[in-house]
Amino acid sequence: MNEQPKQFKWVGTRTIRPDGVDKVTGRAMYGADLTLPGMLQGKVVRSPHAHARIISIDTSAAEALTGVKAVVTAADMPEADSKLVAAGEAMINFRDLAHNVIARDKVLYDGHAVAAVAATTNDIAERAAALIKVKYEVLPHVIDVLEAMKDDAPVLHDNMFTGGVKPKPEKASNVANRVEFGMGDVEAGFAAADLIIERKFTTEPVHQAYIEPHAVVADMGQDGKVDVWCSSQGHFMVRSFCAGLLKIDMSKIKVSAAEIGGGFGGKTTVYLEPLAIMLSRKAGRPVRMAMSREEVFRGSGPTSGAAMTVKIGATKDGRITAGDATLYFQAGAFPGSPVGPACMTAFTPYNLDNVRVVGFDVVSNRQKVVAYRAPGAPISEYAVESIVDELASKLGIDPIDFRTKNAALEGTKAAYGVTFGAIGMQETLDAAKATEHYKIPLGPNQGRGVASGFWFNIGGESCAGIRINEDGTVALSEGSPDIGGSRASMAIMAAEVLGIDVNKVKPTVVDTDAIGYHFVTGGSRVTFATGMAVVDASKAVVDEMRARVAKVWEVDIEGVVWEDGHARPASTNVGDFDPMSLAEIAAIANKTGGPISGHADINAKGAGPAFGTHICDVEVDPETGFVTVLRYTAVQDVGRAIHPGYVEGQLQGGAAQGIGWALNEAYIYDKNGCVDNPGFLDYRVPVASDLPMIDAILVEVPNPTHPFGVRGVGEVPIIPPLAAVNNAVAAATGTRFTALPLSPPAILAGMAAKN
Amino acid sequence: MAKQHITTTINGEESEYLCEAQETLLDVLRDQVGLTGTKEGCSSGDCGACSVMLDGVLVCSCLVLGVEAEGKTVETIEGMADGDELHPLQQKFLEEAALQCGFCTPGVLVAAKALLDMNNNPTETEVRYWLAGNLCRCTGYDKIIRAVMDTAADMRGASA
Repeated sequence: MNEQPKQFKWVGTRTIRPDGVDKVTGRAMYGADLTLPGMLQGKVVRSPHAHARIISIDTSAAEALTGVKAVVTAADMPEADSKLVAAGEAMINFRDLAHNVIARDKVLYDGHAVAAVAATTNDIAERAAALIKVKYEVLPHVIDVLEAMKDDAPVLHDNMFTGGVKPKPEKASNVANRVEFGMGDVEAGFAAADLIIERKFTTEPVHQAYIEPHAVVADMGQDGKVDVWCSSQGHFMVRSFCAGLLKIDMSKIKVSAAEIGGGFGGKTTVYLEPLAIMLSRKAGRPVRMAMSREEVFRGSGPTSGAAMTVKIGATKDGRITAGDATLYFQAGAFPGSPVGPACMTAFTPYNLDNVRVVGFDVVSNRQKVVAYRAPGAPISEYAVESIVDELASKLGIDPIDFRTKNAALEGTKAAYGVTFGAIGMQETLDAAKATEHYKIPLGPNQGRGVASGFWFNIGGESCAGIRINEDGTVALSEGSPDIGGSRASMAIMAAEVLGIDVNKVKPTVVDTDAIGYHFVTGGSRVTFATGMAVVDASKAVVDEMRARVAKVWEVDIEGVVWEDGHARPASTNVGDFDPMSLAEIAAIANKTGGPISGHADINAKGAGPAFGTHICDVEVDPETGFVTVLRYTAVQDVGRAIHPGYVEGQLQGGAAQGIGWALNEAYIYDKNGCVDNPGFLDYRVPVASDLPMIDAILVEVPNPTHPFGVRGVGEVPIIPPLAAVNNAVAAATGTRFTALPLSPPAILAGMAAKN
Repeated sequence: MAKQHITTTINGEESEYLCEAQETLLDVLRDQVGLTGTKEGCSSGDCGACSVMLDGVLVCSCLVLGVEAEGKTVETIEGMADGDELHPLQQKFLEEAALQCGFCTPGVLVAAKALLDMNNNPTETEVRYWLAGNLCRCTGYDKIIRAVMDTAADMRGASA
């Protein structure tokens, strides 16, 4: 940890999070923890087929069961408009969203919802679900992305014609879209190279695997007003999607954000919420729905698997001359894979003249993908960083030095069109090289891998309200579901501006009726954007308090300054007044104009791009192919760490997810296209005994557009691990692997092929 | 089928509930007794979010039937603090930011307490293997492992 000069009282300190005691005592209320009077239990009926036409749905036996209060199918939902809306960081067609929530005409993947039922108990709801008879005409299915692109592949959507190509194709296909980014002259760049490496890579879909399954309680009254309580990364998103899907006025839907048990992008869309509202409307009672773990795997979105070809050329002295990549991304059953951001981020850690990246968004009979932490970037950067490592190795250049020769700097133009301001890519390389970790000697069968990563980070709509209570404590309202300690950061930033004890500030994530629209908790945006709103609202309160004191002192507002939680005369010329504390001002608010509050409703711009560099040491058992991660260091430019403990936690958690992606995790399908491993026993996320300590090193190159210099931090850390692990395994085995996960059988096969 | 009448001791208080024969202890705790601090992450014994102590033994409450608690003692996360006084593990988790979303936290704390009650000087490897049945997707475990080991060190210091 680098020592910063002491500029701040609260920013950069490790306060106790305001929601902490609730979370260590079991008091915190998550999605499935709410019970309302008369509440019913809802269950979803899901497709057992990867691809089938729905011939009929007979709900009569279920409806006849005692205790069943409502059954809904797609016939109960209005047909949605075909229009693009933001879903997390990607765009999705609203009609596709509707058809993903509940299938109409066709089921497109194993686990696709076809009906839902509400009953007085879970047991009855489950029995009723089993009584709903769906007659299917099973259709040929396709799972693999390259198979899905073939001419004779089963076509999922007969009205889908590849976008982004001219002329428009005459035949429908599974290729939803083609995108291309680039600059310079790639052919000339390769002509100038001394060494060119080209390889094909594949990755498998992986699930966000938040520990809390999706859960919702919905209650629709006879007056048409709806209360929704749910675990989501965006309760405003839930309101907007439910209003649009069910054609209900937004003003009639109030959504409250439950505590959320992890999301990682996977809770930036709706699954159960519209169904729960439909069931509640029919039954006239509140309905709770919670997915089982199997439903989470089969019925909610992982991120894409991909097939990629990447080619990079470099000169003997280690300067990259050109990069070329073609990315084929699985979107799942509906268009909208993160291939766009994958293309945009692929080569962006580097300052390159010649880049071309082409991406294809391809549908197949898999779960519809949804955002997962830096959507797309871990996949494309895995391929690029693996080749960068191989280039460095073949050229005999240290992998950090090789990256230093090519690193993106302030003023570098990225292939997606942006010219960077102050960024910290180089600083992360320097910090990584300086670690003790990088100098530790390795033993037999051990290897060290390095990889870097880039993510844009975003801003977006956020609001904040600061109210000064009569006793001088502060109520802070905002609307970004707190997924990893963001309330602690909001309290710190407010306390810093107001100059009061952080424990006097109580931050609350309020419902959709209580504050303005917020974009989802995603894109590493909350501490940046909602933090900016909190700072603005706090400053508005400071100005209001200065105005009140100016009134008391009978001076101009310019004569009152705010320092360390007190109003003071700006100079001796203003007069000889004793400073007034925030609490003193609060106590006389009724005499100076009434309650004191400040608000900010912003669309935050200027999110700071962020870079990270990771170092991974592994040992590979030559007999079993099993990979043990021995040491791990994650370095990242975080701009400014408001609460360093939770920032380090982002780096550590992202690294762990990336390690799981590299070594263990994958969706496995049987020959019928059904998910073979929809549970934590067979879909193995890293457990405590799989991992070493993860050293988190925070580099702080402040983001000039944020009052405290904040960059988003949540997403970058999942990007480098895939290649860092892959490069370490290459170093340990002398074999370059090009497919994830690096399972023991795959490693044994690779080593055998080499020998 | 008639519900079973069960008498048990939960967090030191004698408790009664009615449950169906097939209901899990997890469902009973959450839906009948109203103790929702115990979480459901998988219902297959793989994630540990539902960890509780049953007669002093760490169990996944999703793998135990409600009727099996008859005559036994159950300890959940809600019984871990002594009134306003947090258990040292709870306090250390807060001080060291050993939780992010907090959903796995109750199960992790219950499991970690079970370890420290047996062994107040565990190695890092022992802590990692003891907690291998408690999945956390947010933290990468680093701060959890450190918090457990630091608590153990404090407890050893306090008892020395």
